[in-house]
Amino acid sequence: MTETKNTQMVEGLKPTASLFEERWDIFKRNHLAYFSFIFLMVLFIFAIIGKILTRWVVLFDPKLVRLPEKFLPPLTPFTSKIIPTEEAPMFNMYILGTDELGRDLFARMLEGTSVSLTVGFIAVSISIFLGILFGGTAGYYGKLRWGFLTIDTIIMRFVDIMLCFPTFFLILTVVALLPPSIYNIMIIIGLTSWMGTARFVRAEFLSLRELDYVTAARSQAIPEWRIILIHMVPNAIAPVLVSATIGVATAILTESSLSFLGFGVQPPDATWGNILSDGKQFIFDAPWITFIPGFSILFVVLAFNLCGEGMREAFNPKLKEGV
Amino acid sequence: MIQFVLKNIGQRLVLLFFISIISHAIVHLAPGEPSLVDPSNPRMKAEDIQRIRAAFHLDEPLHIQYVYWMKDLFTGNLKSFKDNQPVLKKIWDRFLNSLPLFIVGTLITWFLAFPIGIQAALKRGSMFDKIGTFLSYALISIPGFFLSYICIIFMVKTFNVPVIGMRTFGLENAGIMLRSMDRVWHWTLPSLMSAVAGVAILSRYVRSQMLEVINQDYIRTARAKGLPETTVIYRHGLRNALLPFITMFGLTIPGLIGGSVIFETIFAWPGMGRLGFEAILARDFPVILTLNFISAILVLIGTFISDILYAVVDPRIKF
Repeated sequence: MTETKNTQMVEGLKPTASLFEERWDIFKRNHLAYFSFIFLMVLFIFAIIGKILTRWVVLFDPKLVRLPEKFLPPLTPFTSKIIPTEEAPMFNMYILGTDELGRDLFARMLEGTSVSLTVGFIAVSISIFLGILFGGTAGYYGKLRWGFLTIDTIIMRFVDIMLCFPTFFLILTVVALLPPSIYNIMIIIGLTSWMGTARFVRAEFLSLRELDYVTAARSQAIPEWRIILIHMVPNAIAPVLVSATIGVATAILTESSLSFLGFGVQPPDATWGNILSDGKQFIFDAPWITFIPGFSILFVVLAFNLCGEGMREAFNPKLKEGV
Repeated sequence: MIQFVLKNIGQRLVLLFFISIISHAIVHLAPGEPSLVDPSNPRMKAEDIQRIRAAFHLDEPLHIQYVYWMKDLFTGNLKSFKDNQPVLKKIWDRFLNSLPLFIVGTLITWFLAFPIGIQAALKRGSMFDKIGTFLSYALISIPGFFLSYICIIFMVKTFNVPVIGMRTFGLENAGIMLRSMDRVWHWTLPSLMSAVAGVAILSRYVRSQMLEVINQDYIRTARAKGLPETTVIYRHGLRNALLPFITMFGLTIPGLIGGSVIFETIFAWPGMGRLGFEAILARDFPVILTLNFISAILVLIGTFISDILYAVVDPRIKF
């Protein structure tokens, strides 16, 4: 093995970079996308720290009501004599101001970061799982028959049916009828957004199924689940990941729209969507309650979109290193 | 051709049947009933709830309820739970309100997206292209209701005009000029807001289509013939780039219901999306179901029209 490697090195046959490294270099060339990627990484760290500081080691309590301190603009130092010092905000300052109940907006935004991102990621995970399951089945076992219909027909017609529903209206119907809970929202967004993934996983599988390495794997009597999961799925995953990145952005936007209509995550839990929709009643007296979560959503969703678009370009096989 | 059309219609009818069954099942199987909306109302006695349930066949098994729904829908007897009005008439009234908004929004979308997209493609890599790309991403990333609020504040503060609702209350006897200006102001923001995302997406799409087309051989041939640049771009290029947009056009039709819920709620516009929202709040099953059903029909009609148009416009497609 080492000998082969050495020979390859000497003869200059070994690729200088792995496929992933090559794509990563292409991705980095797109400054906007690369910057968005770094921004998102920082945001994840921020969300994890926020989760720790608001849940387990409570330094910021997003649910603490301080009625005498309501509607304080951002960067107001804490000077109140009425409120006991142990209830003072961190750093003795309301970094982002307070809302209509005197809750610290910075603490609420911290809590909301992790909640909003969780909604996005879990919803997209569900939709990717379903997309790969249905798309993969239709692509790999499509020719099998069940009665007079092929499996491919059944699954793809089901996809067509799902695409005919007006998505937002359907989500709204189900969310309004079910008891409001954050898990229901994630599940429903996931259940209504897997059709695109299913379609292109199926398309990828149809072409991958005919390739030599799959035939080779089959000839070695490797079980089918292994061929599908270990040999085929990784080769079909690039477009799925790209659409997943954009899917997270869409899920965050959907959650905020639901919160706006009053069906989102219920108080006292904070998400960016419901901070924004609570704040809109006070838009003239306390514009920061509306604008801070609004611009946060804008920047994060924009970062996800730009990052996804950068990945789409980087994974495009027509673009090669040095071209 | 006729065979193709008939087969197409047949497939769509089968799809529609399954859609109606699934949406009926979703709405009826989900918890929450019309009789539970107002449980604390002291006037609602157990007998009243029982009577309502009997009147709307809520105690029958699901498939019987489905048959009742279908029968009532097609004979036009379907009544809303909430106010006992015929559902079809309610939806039709709201449809007439939604339609102008939809038409203006679509016109804005198409008239802005094409010039922007074509310009961006022709001047690829220029400042205009870069700013356009960034702006279109920003516009699809901003929550629609947030942008609407900013615009409402801006409009009201700068131009001092009312923008909420369909018309200003109390202007019924004003002159025709004043009244129509009032209507135009009320139209501006909701239709702009519903067009924003469309412009952003469509202009990106136009750009990539144009880029693909202007690198083709026949464009080079047209240039080599010495044709003026406008003829090359608009006659030889744009015509070929237009093909995929036939599909897009078919797909915008269902936006009449689904896309408008948020904006019609913000702008207090009595349209179909808002009707759906109110019906959901009141657990008004017949209205929810019929709206779902109608929007499915709209999707199917949209894709049907685009399939047919595609076949008519593109001579390469044969039956």
